[in-house]
Amino acid sequence: MNHKKRILLTGVLLASAVVSGLLTYTRANAVPVERVIHITAKNFQFSPDSITLKKGEPVVFEISSGDRKHGFSLRAFGVRTDVLPGKVSRIRLTPDKTGKFTFSCDVFCGDGHEEMTGTVIVTE
Amino acid sequence: MNKFDRRGFIKLAGLGGGVVFASSLSRGFGLNALGSVVDYANGKAQNDFYFVQLSDTHWGFAGPKVNPDAEGTLKKAVQAVNSLEVQPDFIVFTGDLTHTTDNVQVRKDRMSQFKDIVGGLKVPTVHFMAGEHDASLDRGDAYQEAFGKLNYTFDHKGVHFVVVDNVSDPGASVGESQLNWLKADLKQQKTDARIVVLTHRPLFDLYPDWDWATKDGTAVIDALMPHKNVTVFYGHIHQENHHMTGHIAHHSAKSLMFPLPAPGSVPKKAPVPWDASAPYKGLGLRSIEAGPKQAKYEIKELNVTGA
Repeated sequence: MNHKKRILLTGVLLASAVVSGLLTYTRANAVPVERVIHITAKNFQFSPDSITLKKGEPVVFEISSGDRKHGFSLRAFGVRTDVLPGKVSRIRLTPDKTGKFTFSCDVFCGDGHEEMTGTVIVTE
Repeated sequence: MNKFDRRGFIKLAGLGGGVVFASSLSRGFGLNALGSVVDYANGKAQNDFYFVQLSDTHWGFAGPKVNPDAEGTLKKAVQAVNSLEVQPDFIVFTGDLTHTTDNVQVRKDRMSQFKDIVGGLKVPTVHFMAGEHDASLDRGDAYQEAFGKLNYTFDHKGVHFVVVDNVSDPGASVGESQLNWLKADLKQQKTDARIVVLTHRPLFDLYPDWDWATKDGTAVIDALMPHKNVTVFYGHIHQENHHMTGHIAHHSAKSLMFPLPAPGSVPKKAPVPWDASAPYKGLGLRSIEAGPKQAKYEIKELNVTGA
């Protein structure tokens, strides 16, 4: 192999190594796609009031109110937010445990507040 | 006998002049007339007394499957208290006097009707406090107009009573301002002072998923902790519950409208349906015998009909 061919081959090998490295880096550092779950709080009910997630799956709850101020609290994962009319409140969560967990309105909103709850089910 | 015996008290009190309170008295104490206890060692008289706690009357609630006598239960409770042979020194209502409503005028009307009914109590001294049904939707405006302050203190025969508001914030917090007020008040009390806290929600995390907690209740308990003799009486959960946080005892009272299930015992919190075979089951009021010298409180549950 003459000198020129050797330089060309070395260049090709180096380039492929760089491309391969970049691909590996990109894969390793890619932001996982979050599943968006829309929740509406209205008339003392959450809709949906039962949400199934997978352990380790990143999700974002987008919660809006259809009437008045509410709260959304998922105590098992230490997250809560106020839910105000005309705004979307977001909670990001990657469940690290399986089971059934209650979420509830934690801002007193009127007659029916006490029963304003729902369930998050996290499976393997 | 180491406990106050309410029945004995009533019986003896009915005998007329020279009445004595034949309650438990530890060594060094003697009997005086009308329930006074004399501490011979210190030569001081210290009165025992009793008060009555009513809670969660939810005036304005309507739900025949839960309480078909919604308009009569509070009135029966008033009769039950009035029929006690020896009237209590005072009465406390630990919140949710009225059932919540979005309509401001209806809220005010319910408070007015409630006041009219409890105005029939023979006992002249009644201390009110708010529940979230009374105060959360307007931050206590209508309540204060009808009943006065949301948080306050009073003293009675050697016991310092502190009323803590954990309901006018719809997010169930006591809040920094009230916490500072509480700390300033407690600073005036000796560490062995007899302190009773009256509040609506539990100050500890009884079952937060059902709103049975106070968001910053731990801060309240921390402020109380240096005091050796603290007892908390509260409502909100519509059933008896007795809990200790360190040396502080917390006692919840029954409702006078509908009972609620035990914490976490059912998937969704909802009133326990009326039991036609046992009317008023799970409802009630209580008398509390206070022995300030011993810092002891003897609770006796009474049913609505006063039997």
